[in-house]
This record gives sequence, structure tokens and C-alpha cells, in this order.
Amino acid sequence: MLETALIDWSRAQFALTACYHWVFVPLTLGLAIVMAVMETIYVIKKDEFWKNTAKFWMKLFGINFAVGIATGIILEFEFGTNFSNYSWFVGDIFGAPLAIEGIIAFFIEATFVAVMFFGWDKVGKKFHLASTWLTGIGAAISAIWILVANSWMQHPVGMEFNPDTVRHEMVDFWAVALNPVAVSKFFHSWFSGWMTGSIFVIGVSCWYLLKKRQTRFAISSISVASIVGIIGTFAVMLSGDSSGVHVAKYQPMKLAAAEGLEDGGPRSPFSIVPGIEIPGMLSILATHDIDGYVPGINDLLYGYVDSDGVEHPSAEVKIYKGKTALKAFRAYRKLKDTNPQAAEKVREVLDENMDCFGYGYINSPEELVPNVPLIYWSFRIMVGLGSFLLLLMVVVLFFSLKGKIQNMKWLQWIALLSIPLVYLAGQAGWVVAEAGRQPWAIEGLLPVNAAVSSLSVGAVQTTFFIFVAVFTLFLAIELRILFKAIVKGPETTDNE
Amino acid sequence: MITYEFLQNYWWMLISLLGGLLVFLLFVQGGNSMIFLAGKTEEERQLIVNSTGRKWEFTFTTLVTFGGAFYASFPLFYSTSFSGAYFVWMLILITFVFQAVSYEFQNKAGNILGKNAFRVFLTLNGCLGPLLIGTAVGTFFTGSSFIVNKDAAGSSLQPIISQWTGCCHGLEAVANPFNVEFGLMVMFLTMCLGALYLINNIDDEPLAKSLRGRLGFVFICFLVCLVFVLVHLVTMPGFAVGEDGYVFIEKNKYLHNFLQMPAVLALFLAGAVLLVVGVVLTLFRKGFRRGIWFSAPGTVMVVMAIFMIAGYNNTAYYPSIANLQSSLTLANSCSSEFTLKAMSIVSLIIPFVLAYIVYAWRKMDLRSLTRKELAETDHKY
Repeated sequence: MLETALIDWSRAQFALTACYHWVFVPLTLGLAIVMAVMETIYVIKKDEFWKNTAKFWMKLFGINFAVGIATGIILEFEFGTNFSNYSWFVGDIFGAPLAIEGIIAFFIEATFVAVMFFGWDKVGKKFHLASTWLTGIGAAISAIWILVANSWMQHPVGMEFNPDTVRHEMVDFWAVALNPVAVSKFFHSWFSGWMTGSIFVIGVSCWYLLKKRQTRFAISSISVASIVGIIGTFAVMLSGDSSGVHVAKYQPMKLAAAEGLEDGGPRSPFSIVPGIEIPGMLSILATHDIDGYVPGINDLLYGYVDSDGVEHPSAEVKIYKGKTALKAFRAYRKLKDTNPQAAEKVREVLDENMDCFGYGYINSPEELVPNVPLIYWSFRIMVGLGSFLLLLMVVVLFFSLKGKIQNMKWLQWIALLSIPLVYLAGQAGWVVAEAGRQPWAIEGLLPVNAAVSSLSVGAVQTTFFIFVAVFTLFLAIELRILFKAIVKGPETTDNE
Repeated sequence: MITYEFLQNYWWMLISLLGGLLVFLLFVQGGNSMIFLAGKTEEERQLIVNSTGRKWEFTFTTLVTFGGAFYASFPLFYSTSFSGAYFVWMLILITFVFQAVSYEFQNKAGNILGKNAFRVFLTLNGCLGPLLIGTAVGTFFTGSSFIVNKDAAGSSLQPIISQWTGCCHGLEAVANPFNVEFGLMVMFLTMCLGALYLINNIDDEPLAKSLRGRLGFVFICFLVCLVFVLVHLVTMPGFAVGEDGYVFIEKNKYLHNFLQMPAVLALFLAGAVLLVVGVVLTLFRKGFRRGIWFSAPGTVMVVMAIFMIAGYNNTAYYPSIANLQSSLTLANSCSSEFTLKAMSIVSLIIPFVLAYIVYAWRKMDLRSLTRKELAETDHKY
């Protein structure tokens, strides 16, 4: 039997890499847009000030960019190193988006980021501007494909199980690529990157205002970043709304955990914090209908009948069906070469129970409940901080347009101190998405205990602690270099 | 008619091409191995770092794409090798991860570890990266110790399909001399390519002179390793696949593959000639700086041919020495016909990708890097 420790350490290593990766990536996504807008203004207005402004943010972009790439490559390979069963079981579907990401997106980034950094004196203004935009577009395309892959883990579509090859096989590429979960997840993640980039630029610029340095540079940067950030935040809210509907539909246990909802039903309340609820609000958010049925954790474990009279089986029934599917699968594998007729019969049993195949690896219904407090509070941190940051950006834009922001120290301090908050919001969002999916590696198809590689716990622990040390070292160095670069400041004069 | 077998072969060809491009682009690593070997002054070292630093993303991206393409087309290799040879792949990753940050961090104020530490990281990656990748590819011919049992998926307690039976999660590969020779050959090859690239990309006579001196030495090392590898390769038994998919040992299998696939043999020989011509012209013709233009395509051709003899002509490309029937072949480890077909359509975009890379690269490299440019530019490593 697989050791629980192996599963936990494998998950911990992947989570560690993913969390560090998401420290660097959103800044890349957001800063790319902010600096591209600034360079566009430079090309249109032909004002060297905007060139220097864009170049300063590009410098910070460059410091951050490399670590994002470094952590990203580890993530890709960890599917194979630590989740080998997963890689075979669904590699037929999951590998394709990763390959497309490499072929289409990464090369755009790699090619044009070099032109962006080194091409100022080697290519024309317009070609350089195109390169800056293409760097950001390449990053966005990269996000599309990795999120197509991730969304497939949340809501697997477009595939069929083949017991002969013992894996799920893709039968509809477009169903995978245009998975509705992927569409909202991409916009949610990409625009959250806009928020990160904007809050970063606003916060750093406010530091200059506090120090009474580079005033024009700071106010101009704040104006651009606020507009980009406000657009991004509204898009995050819209895509978050559709994400909520998708979670309710395809991952009801995740939603129940995020709400700490033990017993659901129609007109389910939304919990702001424990003890404070808005009646009916959860039903509206999850189904866009106040009478919409939202199942709670107990409903999902013990079965329920929704508002339309549809009966949803209990976890025990699903586990039983899963065990039956596994048994039929074993029989099929034994009989397929020696007794095709008997194999065909057990194949029918397998097909009848295939929708619960993954539940065959689950031992008790309790395993199906993710960590409720973690998901519940992460969700509140994400939404709460997101709302606060939107308000902040609106206020900052208002006062910068009024020409008063340079005199408002309290606002400058809040903006500066908000930089870590936008990272916290992003991390919390991914905790909801990934920890909320547990125990599944692929929702309903493959739990993590059937997805991991056969490794010794010691081997995974060794690499885990190496990665802890390496990533922490990188983060420390990056922060120190960023601080130094910010203190040095842009190549604009003080009154600029 | 596009058959499933055709798609498997097409994707192995693409894997071979990506492998070839990756080894060529490892000139970045080879160049970095020259930082302390050929760079005698701070300026020279800075020239080397800034020259390879403008290309490292391509190597990195090709490595990622190579991994992604292998995952998409031959997922059983991805799941078996990466989980099994765990420590080897992790070591490779770690060296590349250090390389990725070293360019940006080394010359920036506040980098904590100091400039030389990051240059040491670049040099370590420059030597260890190709050495480890080469050693790992060596096992395509010598085999690894693993078992693939797809029936295991039916167990609710131990549903793991690929089990490694080797003692040290891949590190045991160094016990086989062929793997080590192969690794050293790749390392010295990338050093040659690195020197050729730097000679071409940097307009600096003292540095070029130093690089030519190192090039001669590493080229001889490469040739020695190449001879060892080739002699072993054509004399060693290989892992053949019967029509029913049964894997068996065949004497001189890889020699047979060369002889039974004359186009692959021709590709290999033509590539080897180009590779050698590039180096020899650089070494012996005064002022000749275009050696990389010969050796680069030569390298791609040679590596493609080596991958082809590993996988084509009914050969198990990732053999198991624990259980021959667990060996991975193009047929038993590939993705479904639908996925290969869909991915083949996507692959049609590759020429377009190559075209814009060449265009942008040419724009950037119209003028060679000089000390003057380095002194004047505000974005340098």
C-alpha cells in the first residue's frame, strides 16, 4: 500500500513549486501590459520621458522574469517525476496543452523578450514596441494553455477511457481547448496578473512620492497602472462570477467547503464570516437564481434530491460503483486476450460504472471532504483583498487625476503597504482552486493517492528541502535586487 | 494515407529534431563553460556572459518544449523515466534553474552571493547540464531498470503502473561506461559549439584567440569520446522489437539500424562532416569566424540520426533491463491516434515559429558584440 507520507510530500513539493511560481508569474503578466502601454505612449508622443519610464519598469520586469521561468520548468517536469501515474493515465489529453504552450507561447516570449531588452539600438521603434507587446502576449498565450490543462483537471471533458491502453484518451480537442472552465479561469488568472502588476507599480510609485523623488514619473506611472488595474479588477470580478457558477456545477464539494456549508438547499445563504450571512446570496452567486439548489457537504456525502427532482447518489454509492468498475477493469484485463466474449461482458459493467471509476480508489466518504477551514478562509482573503484593492485603485486614480495624490501621505503609505496584499490574494485564490479540488488530482477521475509516482519518501523529502532552500534563496536575492533597483530609481530627473 | 504508425514515426522524427535543436542550442551551456577557461580578463568574461545571455531563453524554451512534446506524444516515457530516474532529472533541472537566474542576478547591486558565484553557477550548468542530459540519453541504448505493468491500475491499494527497480533512482546510470562516454561526448560537443558561437558572435581578437586555443583541446576530447561511443554503439547488442511487439536482444542492432536505414546513415555522416568542417576551418583558417554555420546544422543532423537509430527500425527506444517486455517502443508508449493527429496539425506551426525566430535573431545579430557596445549599453549582464 502507498504510504500516506509519500502522497503528502509529493503534494507538498508540487504545492511549494506552484506557490513560488505564482509569486513571480502575475507580476510578469501585469507588468508586461503596464510597460507596453507606457512604451506605446512614448512611440505616439515621442517623449523620451515615457521611454525612460517604460525602461525602468522593464528593468524590474527582467529581474522578476527569470525566476518565473525557473520555477515554471520545474512544475512541468514534476508531473512526470512526482505524478507518474497521472502522467500516463491522462497524458494523452494533458500533454497536448503543455506541448502547444511550448511551441506557440514560449518561443514568442523567448524571442521578443531578448529584442525588448537588447534591441533599443538595434531595431526600429515600431519593431521594438511590437516586441514589447509580443512579450506580454506570449506570456498571456502561455497562461491560456497551462490553464486549459489545469481546467481540465477541474472539469475533465473531451475524453474516453480505454481499458486496453489503461488511460483516458482525447476524443474532442476543441472540448478540451474551449472547456468553459478554462475560458473563465484564463481571464480570472490573467486579469489578476494585471491587478498584481498595477498594485506593484502604484505601490513603488507611491514610495517615490513619499521620498519626494521623481514626482512626474511616479504620478504618470500611477495613472497608467490605475487604469490597467481597474480594468483588470472588473474583468477578474466578471470571470470570478462565471467561475463560481462553474464550481457550483462541476465541483460542488469545493463550493461547499469554500462556504463551510454543511447542509445546503435552495436559497442558501452566503457567509461573509462565521455568524454573518446574507440570506439567499449563495444561491444567487452559484446558480444566478435565488431558488437555486446549492448542496452542502452532508448532502454531497449522503445524497440529495435537487430542486428539479434529480436524485444525486451518496458518496458510498459512488464508492461502491467505483469499486465495481475497478473489479470489472481487472477482469477485463485478464480476459481480453483469452476470452473475448467474457471480456466484452465485463467491459459493459465497466462502462456502466465508469463515471465513478476514480471513486474506486477512495476508501471512505470522509476522504472526499477537503480541508474546510483552509478553503473557507482562503476564499474570504481572496475576495476581501480583491475588493479592497479595487477601491484603492479607484481612490488613487481619482486623486492622481485631481493632482492631489502627491500631498496625501496616508494614501501613499496604504498603496505601498498593499503590495504584499495583492500577492496574498493571488496565493489564496490558488489555494481555493487546488486545495479545494482534493482529494482529486482530476475531479472525479483520479485521486492523488492513485496519481503519485512510486518513490521513497526520503527521495521526495530530499528534493522538497532542496527546492525550499533554492526558491527561498532566489526570492531573497530577487527582493534585495528589486529594492536596490527601486532605490536607485529611473533615469528621469527628480522633477520628472 | 496517414496511419497510426505513420503518426508515431512522425512524432519520433519531431522528437529527434527537437533533440537535435536542443543539443545545438546547448552552445549556450558550452559557451558558459568557457567563462573561466577562455575569459582571462573581467571584460572578456563579461563579453562571454552577455553573448550567451542573449540566447539562453531559446535553449531553455527548447528544453521545455522538448519535455512537453515528449509528454504529449510519448507519455509513457514521461511517466516512466522522469519518476524512475528521479535524481538525474532533478539534478538536470536544478542546474538549469540556477542558470536561468544567474544572468539577471550576477551584475545587479544587492545580489547577495556576489558576481563570481553566479558565474560559477553558469559554468557548472555549462558542464553538468549537457553531461547529465547526455548520460540520460545514453540509457536509450543501454537500458534502465524498470517495470511497466498497466494491470496495476486495477489495484486500489498500489495502482502504480511504472516502477523503477534500479538502486539509486537513475544515478546508477553512471555505472555503465557507455552512458558516461555519451555524456562526456555531449558535453565536449557543446563546448565546441559554445566556442564556435562565441568566436562568431563576439568581435574581439584577444578573446577569439583564447577561444580557438580551447576549441582545439575540447574538439580532440570530443573526437575521442565520439570514437568510443561509435565503436560501442555499432558493436553492442540492441533491443529489437518483433512484429507482435515482443522485445528481444539482437546483436549489433544499432549497426543494423544504420545499415538498414541508409538515409539515416547518410544524415549522420553528412552531419558529422559538417560538424568537423566547421571546427577545422575555424582552427586552421586565419580569421575564419563562421564555423558555427557548419557545425550547428551538422550537430542537429547527427543528433537526429542518433535518436532515429534509437527508435526506428523496430527498436525499443527506452529499454528495460529488468524486464525486456516492459521496454518502451514507439507503439506501446505513444499517445492515441487522435491526439497524435491533433498535435501533428499543431506542429505545422513550427516552420512559422522558426521563421520569426530567425528574423528576430538576425535583426539582433547583424553586428557582432564588441567591448564598445558593452560599455555603452545600459542593459547588460
